[in-house]
This record gives sequence, C-alpha cells and structure tokens, in this order.
Amino acid sequence: MAGAVVPAIRIQGEDFDVAAEIAGLTRGRADIGAVVTFSGLCRDEQGALSALELEHYPGMAEAEIGRIAAEAVERWPLQGLTVIHRHGKIAPGENIVLVVAASAHRQAAFEAANFLMDYLKSRAPFWKKEHLADGSEGGWVEAKEADDHAADRWTKSGE
Amino acid sequence: MRLIYFAWVRERIGKPEEDVELPAGIETVADLLRWLKSRGEEYENALQYPDVIRVAINQEHVGHREKIAGAREIALFPPMTGG
Repeated sequence: MAGAVVPAIRIQGEDFDVAAEIAGLTRGRADIGAVVTFSGLCRDEQGALSALELEHYPGMAEAEIGRIAAEAVERWPLQGLTVIHRHGKIAPGENIVLVVAASAHRQAAFEAANFLMDYLKSRAPFWKKEHLADGSEGGWVEAKEADDHAADRWTKSGE
Repeated sequence: MRLIYFAWVRERIGKPEEDVELPAGIETVADLLRWLKSRGEEYENALQYPDVIRVAINQEHVGHREKIAGAREIALFPPMTGG
C-alpha cells in the first residue's frame, strides 16, 4: 500500500504533453507496474464546430478535483496520480483533460482513472460553450444524465 | 455576502458576481434562490427552474437545503459539463 501519494492537479489554459506527464510519474522508479492514461479531446462530429470554450470556477476547480483525487488515492493503491484540465478556447482535435494513474497492478490504475473521469464530468466546475464554424455561438453544452449515473455507480452501497 | 455566477446563469443575470445584503429570514440555499428570483426579470429568467441550479458555498458543492449562515462566497451555476 502506497503511503502518501500526493495527486498533482493542474488547471491551465495551455496544452499538455501526455508522454511527458507519464514520464513525470514514472521517472526514477521501479515499483510502478501499470500506468493508465485517459485523454479527453475536443470532438467535432459534423464539421460545424470551430471551438469549445471552457469556463471554470477558479479556486473551486482545483479544490474539487483535489477532493475527487484524494478519494481515489484512498480507495485504490496508487503510486502516482496526475489530473490536468484545460480552460479557455479549445479547437476540435485538441486536448481538454488528462488523467494519469500509476499503480503496481493494472486493475487499480484502470479503476481509479475511470472513477476520476466519471466524477470530473459531474462535479468539477467547468462548463462548455460551443462556437460554430459559421461564426455564431452554438450555446452551452447540456449536461447528460448518463454522466450523473456513471458517477453514481461508484457510490458504495449503504451510502 | 458575495454571489458568483457561471455559464448561462452568469449570462442571464448579466454579471459575473455581486455583493448582496440578505434580508432577514433567508436561511437556506432554497430561500436564497427564491429571494434572488424576485429581484428582477434577469434573475427570474436565470432561476426560472431552481431545481436545476447547482450551488457551492465557499467553493464546495451543497444541496438546496443547506444553511447559508457563515458563507463568504456562494456560487450559482448550471449542471457541469467538464471532462
């Protein structure tokens, strides 16, 4: 059981380098057997989107992701955890979010990364607004009930 | 007390934040939403369906029955769409 893993949480406008983030967790260590990364990208399905604009709640974004990450560290034996979430205007194909979970074995790393993403979707204070290719504003992206349900499945029974 | 608004709540109210003096009798988040809604058309428009509004007190999520005594900062926003 890893003792004091301190998750690295970054809320930033600029892009991130997935390979560099993995290397940052594993460099100089021989006890990590599994690294799971999840990258969320800005997606455009019909060529109609010019960008997503991500608004966030400065301060709370860090705090809330920190709380979710702390719960992940408590529930799974992780040896490292990095979460990066971007804000501002992001074009289709660009990165939005990154979770890197490192553990001795794959199951903990997979589950922790999955848990983090489910909770980020429904609890991290970010809001996406669409900007359309024709120059107009497409409006705010609506929250999906499926995302709330995805987070609910991690609730321990009896809670 | 400072109120902060995000996303379409901010757009409909027409400002990102404001300091307010609460009248007596406003004890819970639900009371606050009801009072705000009565402050004008833009608030009515933003808070038309109070059940969908998410609330954070001092940067932590709370339910609508939460007491607001001691809050420095209360944020109102739509369901989140990050990740």
